[in-house]
Amino acid sequence: MSQQCVLAIAEQSDAAFRKITYEVLSEGRRIANSLGCPLTAVVLGAGEDISKELGEYGADRILVADNQALREYVNDAYTNVIADIIDKENPCVVILGASTQGKELSARIAARINAPLAMDCVAVQVENGNLVITRPMYGGKILADVALDGNPQIAAIRPNSMSIVKTAGAGSVEKLEVDLGKTDLTFVEKNLETGKVELTEADVIISGGRGMGGSDFSVIEELADLLKGAVGASRSAVDEGWRPVSDQVGQTGKVVSPNLYVACGISGAIQHLAGMSSSRVIAAINKDPDAPIFSKADYGIVGDLFEIVPLVIDETKKIKA
Amino acid sequence: MNIVVLLKQVPSTESFIEIADDGVSIKTDNVKMVINPYDEFAVEEAIRLKEAHGGSVTILSVGREKTTESIRTALAMGADSGVLIQDSAAEGCDSLGIARILAAALKDIPFDLIIAGQRAVDDDNFQVGVAVAEYLKIPHVSMVIKEEITDGKIRCHRTVEGGTVILETSLPALFTTQRGLNEPRYASLPGIMKAKKKPLDIKTLADIGLDAEKAGKPMTKIMAVKYPPEREGGTIIDGDSAQAKAAALVRVLHEKAKVI
Repeated sequence: MSQQCVLAIAEQSDAAFRKITYEVLSEGRRIANSLGCPLTAVVLGAGEDISKELGEYGADRILVADNQALREYVNDAYTNVIADIIDKENPCVVILGASTQGKELSARIAARINAPLAMDCVAVQVENGNLVITRPMYGGKILADVALDGNPQIAAIRPNSMSIVKTAGAGSVEKLEVDLGKTDLTFVEKNLETGKVELTEADVIISGGRGMGGSDFSVIEELADLLKGAVGASRSAVDEGWRPVSDQVGQTGKVVSPNLYVACGISGAIQHLAGMSSSRVIAAINKDPDAPIFSKADYGIVGDLFEIVPLVIDETKKIKA
Repeated sequence: MNIVVLLKQVPSTESFIEIADDGVSIKTDNVKMVINPYDEFAVEEAIRLKEAHGGSVTILSVGREKTTESIRTALAMGADSGVLIQDSAAEGCDSLGIARILAAALKDIPFDLIIAGQRAVDDDNFQVGVAVAEYLKIPHVSMVIKEEITDGKIRCHRTVEGGTVILETSLPALFTTQRGLNEPRYASLPGIMKAKKKPLDIKTLADIGLDAEKAGKPMTKIMAVKYPPEREGGTIIDGDSAQAKAAALVRVLHEKAKVI
């Protein structure tokens, strides 16, 4: 049997790699180094020209299937193709992002090839040739160390939780001919908001809660735009219909870990705190000095957000000037 | 149309989660157990589809006896029957093992459509529903916020980073729910009364032709659970005016925390 490898699945959208791809490659390289084996990247639905870049993030080989039918991610075709690649390449570890794509793709592949899968990993260790990963449960209220036993072992890593590391290497690009196999799903269309920063990938998140008092989030949006961040919302704000469900941060929404999380008019219900407590720095603005959010915030201001946030915007503009 | 909903009972999201003495599980005494919120969307969607197209809604779960309470709640909302697989051998299963059990139970339950939560809010694994679809060799669409069924086909609006994708497939199929799909109804009093008389079968693994070995040895094992690093409540920024407080906050975020 040839030497096993770590197989890293890249993720592209409109033929550009998503940020998670670089996180997956960097972490894959680190695992491959621990195991003393090569790192092979897989790119589906994008060209060899852009795929070369993955060598700079540690890939020794870059397998590219630039098939027109793989331009848009569709679960069954992707599962079929990747399961075939796993069969041929015989990896000991498969690593991919726990994005909306990676979550269902990894789950389907794990069931297909009967391999252990750890979802939403925030740390990966290699112990005696096996993966031991750390992942949040209960929306982040608990962290679990999970040992995987099987071959290959699949790790889906949480976006924004692994560092991106460039290396001096240049991987060799190999063109793959692939068979899409039996497919039942038809891609109809996609509707993406252009320029919108995705919450789970954002470096800065400005969130609003019940204290917003209505659907006018313009002060929050303005601060988010200024800091090139994303707008989040508490469950109350979403339940009130003020914000779309996709903005919800918390145990029944998105779990986020930006560099900076600013909670405005959010009291800090336990299920919200679970979803944002792993942010690097938390600031909170709330009228109620006893709001639980202040017990998690690095910096708090007791006051009216509609008075404070515009002043924060002015002050931020000054330092940016 | 015959619809099966995969349901799990979980601690409510308002619960404070405490680590048990064994260091690998959590304390479940005195924790309020509810239908997994994403499964509640599945129950509601199934009932709406039944109301529109006719047919039946079956609730299928793997769990302890207490799970019957959550199944009864779903029956009170309007589902027709329930099946609980209760077996001590199931308790050691990982996600793939649970999915194999559900898939085996589904051999005896006719279905055109299976609806599952995108994840359970306890283990947050995102695996079981998708794995069941794989074992049954049917297509799935995950994180669905809207669906339309016409002429034996289902069109699903799936949420992705920054938007939605529309996918279509023929039935039978499975989809998993996303928040926003619907607003689950409360069980009415007549509904609760009726639910008491609806069939709820409790089965063992042997009843569905499985044993612990066939369900599969777990390939993932929790070695330890711990609390995330405790965040210290930090500084409340004081100042003579709102202006002074805002300026102090921006200064500290810029100079000390270096995040803006």
